[in-house]
Amino acid sequence: MRPFTQLTAPACPLGLSNVDTDQLIPARFMKEPRSVGYGQFLLYDLRFDATQQPVADFALNQPEAEHQQILVARRNFGAGSSREAAVYALVDFGFRCVIAPSFGDIFSSNAVNNGLLPAVVSEEDCERLLSAMHQKTSPISVDLEQQRIECNAVRIPFAINPVWRTRLLNGWDDIDLTEGYRTEIDRFIHHYRQAYPWTEQQSQGADASIERVNQ
Amino acid sequence: MGGMTLFDKIWQTHEICQNEEGQSLLWVDRHLAHEGSFHAFNKLAERGLSVRHPELTLGIADHYVPTNARNLINVNAKTRNVIEQLIDNTRAHHVPLIGLDDPRQGIVHVVGPELGLTQPGLLMVCGDSHTSTHGALGALAFGIGASEVAHVLATQTLWQSKPKCLRIHIDGELAPGVSAKDIALAWIARLGADGARGYAIEYSGSTIAELSIEARLTLCNLSIEGGARCGMIAADEKTLDYIGGRPMAPQGKAFEQASAYWLSLASDADARFDLELHLAAEDIAPTVTWGTSPEEALPITGKVPDPAQAQSAEARKHLQDSLDYMGLTPGQALTDIPINRVFIGSCTNARIEDLRTAASIIKGHKSKVPGLISPGSTEVKRQAEAEGLDQIFIEAGLEWRESGCSMCVGMNGDQLQPGERSASSTNRNFKGRQGPGSRTHLMSPAMVAAAAITGYLTDVRMLLPEEVTP
Repeated sequence: MRPFTQLTAPACPLGLSNVDTDQLIPARFMKEPRSVGYGQFLLYDLRFDATQQPVADFALNQPEAEHQQILVARRNFGAGSSREAAVYALVDFGFRCVIAPSFGDIFSSNAVNNGLLPAVVSEEDCERLLSAMHQKTSPISVDLEQQRIECNAVRIPFAINPVWRTRLLNGWDDIDLTEGYRTEIDRFIHHYRQAYPWTEQQSQGADASIERVNQ
Repeated sequence: MGGMTLFDKIWQTHEICQNEEGQSLLWVDRHLAHEGSFHAFNKLAERGLSVRHPELTLGIADHYVPTNARNLINVNAKTRNVIEQLIDNTRAHHVPLIGLDDPRQGIVHVVGPELGLTQPGLLMVCGDSHTSTHGALGALAFGIGASEVAHVLATQTLWQSKPKCLRIHIDGELAPGVSAKDIALAWIARLGADGARGYAIEYSGSTIAELSIEARLTLCNLSIEGGARCGMIAADEKTLDYIGGRPMAPQGKAFEQASAYWLSLASDADARFDLELHLAAEDIAPTVTWGTSPEEALPITGKVPDPAQAQSAEARKHLQDSLDYMGLTPGQALTDIPINRVFIGSCTNARIEDLRTAASIIKGHKSKVPGLISPGSTEVKRQAEAEGLDQIFIEAGLEWRESGCSMCVGMNGDQLQPGERSASSTNRNFKGRQGPGSRTHLMSPAMVAAAAITGYLTDVRMLLPEEVTP
């Protein structure tokens, strides 16, 4: 995973609240393999109208959106479904950081697992940031080490779970880290199964018997 | 030292170790995998990893499956491909799978409890946010993303930061026509869709003790709609009665041994919660959503909010946006909102009690609008048919379908047309959730049945048959 330390980049003042993961990527696109690039599906039903024409005044349809790497939204960003595809859509579009007063829990964790920084700011600071962005198009700087955001004259702090901060700074991947704990896991299982033997019982599935169709 | 909560006890039991930053590595007892898990299996493939404990994962197709047949013959190629990837991936990794034509098929969160796979004290995960459902039986259960699913498949463990504890305590008797769905919408409207973010919820109080297991499943299911990590209810005698004898539950001596342990997991009397919310059951009315977030909910006797009365310019703009999307007028009585379709289904409200309640209300009436009934599982469907409920819905003019996530998420093609408005027993009224341009009003199955009868959002209390207390 690509580490995240410091980023200065053009930013998108999305400014919406309750942008749930169903809006970030509508369910109908999730059948696609990741290799097609999920950026094209990002906020699809806000970007395009019912006749598939781009909505002219929508933030992501502006020419400068192509180079934006930071998104600023209002409260409860990424609420709802656990679909990691919502993060894939943001990352594949080019975003590396989302700034908002609050995030859906599962979304945040999915974001960190894909190197996308979910930076939590206060409601007041979010408003200051959005108005600073509207005054002048200038890039935003995000410093994860210092947990600080700068835009024009506005300087604000942001919060992030310290574990996630460390992982993003280092670009660490969970599975590799966990394998380092194999002894602890094996010791745990031994004791756990003695104490709670019924938890060991296996799931009983049938053999896959869905009628298949030759193509 | 103070007492421990139900949540604390299960967390502690599953904690393998902590890292330097204090995050916990947790043991995962059970993992449920649906079609969306293909991203996670692909991650394993990319890294050449295998499934560490295939016997602790169970595959079930629910999100993309057709509800008009139990085969894939008329399913389009892309959808079929997603379903077939689950078959191929589970087979390649020796993970047990419940196939589409298996009598145990259904929505994962309905099937888990039904099979006795869901048990108190277990730590359960699934790549689906409504995994919080299983907490109704005293399990610690929560939804995870694809990277975490890959981690669970590879290691049977998960790194987690411990959330805080919120107790929602409800005392008193629910009025006729008021259900677990209304409790959930009421607390979410009060705290907000992110009001419980960062918390594990425990529901307690005399109202909760009186709820059936199925109603508890509905309540815990909706915990995520208030932003909570999970929702839980301590196991009691009702829980043991429900689990006993189910095929994947411990049997005989093991069940007795487990039962004693399960009851011991209840929060200690002196346990401290980080936040408490107290509600009175008498204050809860049949509730519907009017907007595009579950927090935008009101008692059915209410009126559509007026943006002019909003606290701030931003709130006004957001409110107006919701009303524009939903096609509503400020001040309009909720019962004056006409609907185009009804849907009873989903992991939230499609269990046998839900179908019984809805059938008791719609019996002898014709639905004013078309609609679908998709039972939560094939077993629920079988039971409903044995009781003749299918005939009641069919005679009312509604379609009786097979089980799957169906029109709750619209992935299988069961969708509303753009601009259509549904009365829906599901969990999310997000923009486009039931299809592009769809407008969803969330409510209990009883309220959906009432809306079907009149063609408008309707107070079910006006239509209650005397013997029914949903």
